[in-house]
Amino acid sequence: MKVPFSWLKEFVDIDVTAQELEEKLFGCGFEVEELIDLSAEIKRVVVGKVLECIPMEGTHLFICKVDCGEYGKDIQILTGAPNVYAGMHTPAALDGATLPGGVKITAKPMRGVESNGMLCSGEELGLNDDLYPGSEVYGLLDLPKDTVPGTDICEVVGLNDYVFDISITANRSDCQSILGMAREVAAILDKPVKMPATDYVMSDYKYENLNITVEAPDLCPRYLGHGVRNIRYGQSPQWMRRYLALCGLRSISIVVDITNYVMLEIGQPMHAFDMETLESTQIIVRRAHENEEIVTLDGKECKLNPNNLVICDGSKPVALAGIMGGLNSEITEKTTQLLFESAKFMRDNVRKTARSLGHSTDASSHYEKGIAEYTTELGMARALHLIQELNCGEVTSSAFDVSAGAPREGKHFTATLSGINKILGIEVPGDAVLDILRRLNFEVKRDGDVLDVIAPRYREDIEIGEPDLAEEVIREYGYDRIVPTFLKDAAVTNGGLNKEQQRQAKVKRTMCSQGYYEISTLSFYADADLDALHVAADAPERNVVRILNPITENLAIMRSLLAPSVLKVIVDNLKKGNGAGRVFELANIYVPKQQPVTELVNEILHLGLGVFGDDEDFFTVKGSVEALGEAFGLKFDYERAEDVPWLHPGIAAYVFCEGEKVGVFGKLSNAVANELKLPKDSKAGDKIFLGELDYAALSRHIAAVFHYEPISEFSIVSRDLALVVDEKVSCGAITAVIRGACKQVGNVELFDIYRSEHIGKGKKSMAFKVDFVPKDKALSPKDIERFIKKILGDLKFRVGAEIR
Amino acid sequence: MEKKIKALQEKMEEALGSVRSKEELAEFWQSYLGKKGSIADLMKGLGAVPKEDRPAMGKVINEFKLQVEEKYQNLRSKLEELELEARNKSEQVDITMPAVRRSMGTLHPITITKNEMIDVFSGMGFEVFEGPEIEDDDHNFTRLNVAKNHPARDTQDTFYVAEDILLRTQTSPGQIRVMDSQKPPIKVLVPGRVFRSDSDATHSPMFHQMEGLVVDKGITLCDLQGMLDKFVQAIFGNDIRTRLRPSYFPFTEPSVEVDVSCFECGGRGCSLCKGTGWIEVLGGGVVHQKVLENCGIDPNVYSGFAFGIGIERIAMLKYGINNISLFYENDLRFLKQFKD
Repeated sequence: MKVPFSWLKEFVDIDVTAQELEEKLFGCGFEVEELIDLSAEIKRVVVGKVLECIPMEGTHLFICKVDCGEYGKDIQILTGAPNVYAGMHTPAALDGATLPGGVKITAKPMRGVESNGMLCSGEELGLNDDLYPGSEVYGLLDLPKDTVPGTDICEVVGLNDYVFDISITANRSDCQSILGMAREVAAILDKPVKMPATDYVMSDYKYENLNITVEAPDLCPRYLGHGVRNIRYGQSPQWMRRYLALCGLRSISIVVDITNYVMLEIGQPMHAFDMETLESTQIIVRRAHENEEIVTLDGKECKLNPNNLVICDGSKPVALAGIMGGLNSEITEKTTQLLFESAKFMRDNVRKTARSLGHSTDASSHYEKGIAEYTTELGMARALHLIQELNCGEVTSSAFDVSAGAPREGKHFTATLSGINKILGIEVPGDAVLDILRRLNFEVKRDGDVLDVIAPRYREDIEIGEPDLAEEVIREYGYDRIVPTFLKDAAVTNGGLNKEQQRQAKVKRTMCSQGYYEISTLSFYADADLDALHVAADAPERNVVRILNPITENLAIMRSLLAPSVLKVIVDNLKKGNGAGRVFELANIYVPKQQPVTELVNEILHLGLGVFGDDEDFFTVKGSVEALGEAFGLKFDYERAEDVPWLHPGIAAYVFCEGEKVGVFGKLSNAVANELKLPKDSKAGDKIFLGELDYAALSRHIAAVFHYEPISEFSIVSRDLALVVDEKVSCGAITAVIRGACKQVGNVELFDIYRSEHIGKGKKSMAFKVDFVPKDKALSPKDIERFIKKILGDLKFRVGAEIR
Repeated sequence: MEKKIKALQEKMEEALGSVRSKEELAEFWQSYLGKKGSIADLMKGLGAVPKEDRPAMGKVINEFKLQVEEKYQNLRSKLEELELEARNKSEQVDITMPAVRRSMGTLHPITITKNEMIDVFSGMGFEVFEGPEIEDDDHNFTRLNVAKNHPARDTQDTFYVAEDILLRTQTSPGQIRVMDSQKPPIKVLVPGRVFRSDSDATHSPMFHQMEGLVVDKGITLCDLQGMLDKFVQAIFGNDIRTRLRPSYFPFTEPSVEVDVSCFECGGRGCSLCKGTGWIEVLGGGVVHQKVLENCGIDPNVYSGFAFGIGIERIAMLKYGINNISLFYENDLRFLKQFKD
């Protein structure tokens, strides 16, 4: 919020500099985002009195002699401005001067004649008519004759001022005004607030039949209306125009300016209806009808519904409550009678209407932060006072105050000094507490430790007593007086990660040890990301949690698979020239329990794997999956995965753990790879492997308690078996048969595979090392012979394997 | 006989001198020390020596044999040494050639930072709790004292998935879930993903927060600052100080923003702290009595403090990263730089 220093000074006798005030405000919870020095860009520009100006032959220029007081009584400056005249007082930028926009002025000859500076227009000083009268005249700024040559121009035109741009926290809606900030500044400096004048005298005139009804008191708990007639149309006084301009508003006409001025000064958005444009004087505040329409002052057509609050003139809406008036009742130069509105509309309703219609205004942003009824009353009184003070209308006796009946007193509660100090942890002396609360306009009666407190009416944020007071006290007393302690009264607790959290940390460490880099990707993506992986329209992964208000359609669904995110990371890296790598992410996927979503969804932790580069193949990836299992003492089984649309049907495997399917991995399918946006001729798409493991399922198999198995005192016996089988027989099938043949079989490992004409077409030779693990007695050669016989028999019977 | 030995000795010295390899040495051994060698011949010739001279002569031959053997052994050692030297030389590698190994991966900088923060607080007795990322309105707002019409809802642009179900905008709902399930004393961290409808150089629609909550008897604002002092010192260095300043969060009162003295310039003012000497790192405050009541904890008996830390914020400050989107681009050249 913009707060001009000069305006603030009208309410508080400020005896510190703008910079000092900025510091103090910061300490009390008001961050000054920017302290704008209006004179910052203007240097060495002074009042100059043109002593003579002689046209320069053959040019449009004038050669002027300028009295610049202490800077020189007779400085020669050339100007092209047609309105220059001898005796004119005008801004003179001297040699070395700077002007807004980084303009630098230096003495230099023009057409061979020395010019020691530049005479300036209002615009060149960054002024307009609102900031200083006559600034928008074409040519030089014609200053009053009582200005003294040599005076700094900023002092003369009101630029020796600052504007504080203050960030106000959401709880302090009472500070959304110059008066509100003045109250805080007064408290900080321990000075009184000079309240703006709000007195006015009503004439005897009263509108017959003018009436105001509020049909939706839940959305409009207070509505004040007041008739004003004999309106004088005209311009606002300069001081008002200047303040409006410093806060970024343009002067329109005196009545409209008063409404804006009151909004800035008091914090109450005001509205004025042209009474003659109203169809009837039966004003009704009600919810809009379905599809009712209004054209607002800015010409925007809005289609309404019952969630929107409108002000009606009996038949049609004439204002969108809290946001903007209707074009149909706009104040114009023809307006002679008007109805002022000062109301409290509920902030959430104004917010929702402003959002749904895409229609935010200064008024709506005030309402969204909240308006106290105190402010509503003060705003109306101030507006009527200004009407009279500026002599621009007759305040009639037609005054309306429709109230839902909220109390007209500040919140009343008791608190204790000890309670306040218990929250803070330091001892703030009672007198200091009382003094701070007094400065903040709390009425406090002290009885020993007990405080009887009435909060100021405008402090609607004060809710529950001691914590509120503790906050007020410490921000004024100073947070630097807090003495850090280290949980001196707290019980000792046992901290750290639980077992599951430790396991997840171990998963990550294990993947790192396998050369994987951890990635972090967004939890949402688009339907198109599933399309890219050729996920079928009726696949379970299409049952997604959809974001109702996404930033873009690219981030519209919560992910149901990590694979699209992982693939995107791989493609991005390939595009950047990172030709090989391994990445993983341990993150949630989201599965709705029903459609549409009506309760919290299932969040399932998945482990996504991505591997790419020339040195990788199916088995290097399989190795890393097994390493993960090994880290947790899990053994995986595999089955060919031919039906995963984004994986190669011949180079992909489902992973099973104790019979449960826990994931899949394999080579990216050729179809998906062909569609990747990779550089032409890139073969990188042919070396991408993806994996997606259901970590949540996997973790259920990790034994909670580990027990050691006794080591056999007898040694393991190994034998090699070379078998000839049909090409189609898988290694896994043979291993399974060997394992199943007798219970003494331990590790079974393929160590050689060999094909030749000698063996036969469509056949292969496979050599396995088989370990036999003795249980309770040593294994004799006879035992081994028996086992092998059994294994070979089973192999022949089950997979047609012959010994070689 | 002696003449014979002498001649043999000269011959032997000559032969030994010409031995260049182990094979030649073996030949030498054969011809002098072998069963059919010259010295064995000498021994055989002892029969022709007069009986009384035999012992003396035998001794001479033996001494000669020992002498030859010693020479032989010396030469053998020398040859072995040379041979080893030659082999070592031939087997020498270029040790500056690249190593053969799979490089270790690394944790993501967010994880590294998160772990570091958890480590600090674990030591102070904090447990870690992780709540759902898709939350209900009740936990994310209402019970945190953010009523339906509360202006604080404006500042948090919330993604909704149903009328009252949303992507959590903060880790604070974890406070409610913890207080619903545990009774004081409570010391808990809630790290995790949070989501806001915001995207630019300093905002990502998804980022990470870590909530901290302490509820016990006699907890004060002084305890919050004391504990945060320890935290920032562990993360940023021992001479770092904190500064509290008033702020507003609906679920704490009083609420504070916490700044740390600038670790780049030590508080003198630099570009990192924008000349102020302080850097904003987190928000916190005394747990609002209504929030305690909402969780069935009696505010007349217990009090607490809570704080929320942006993990990306801490990581960006620690590592000097100036664009939040780098964390989510996952460029390997970026990721590979972080070691924990």
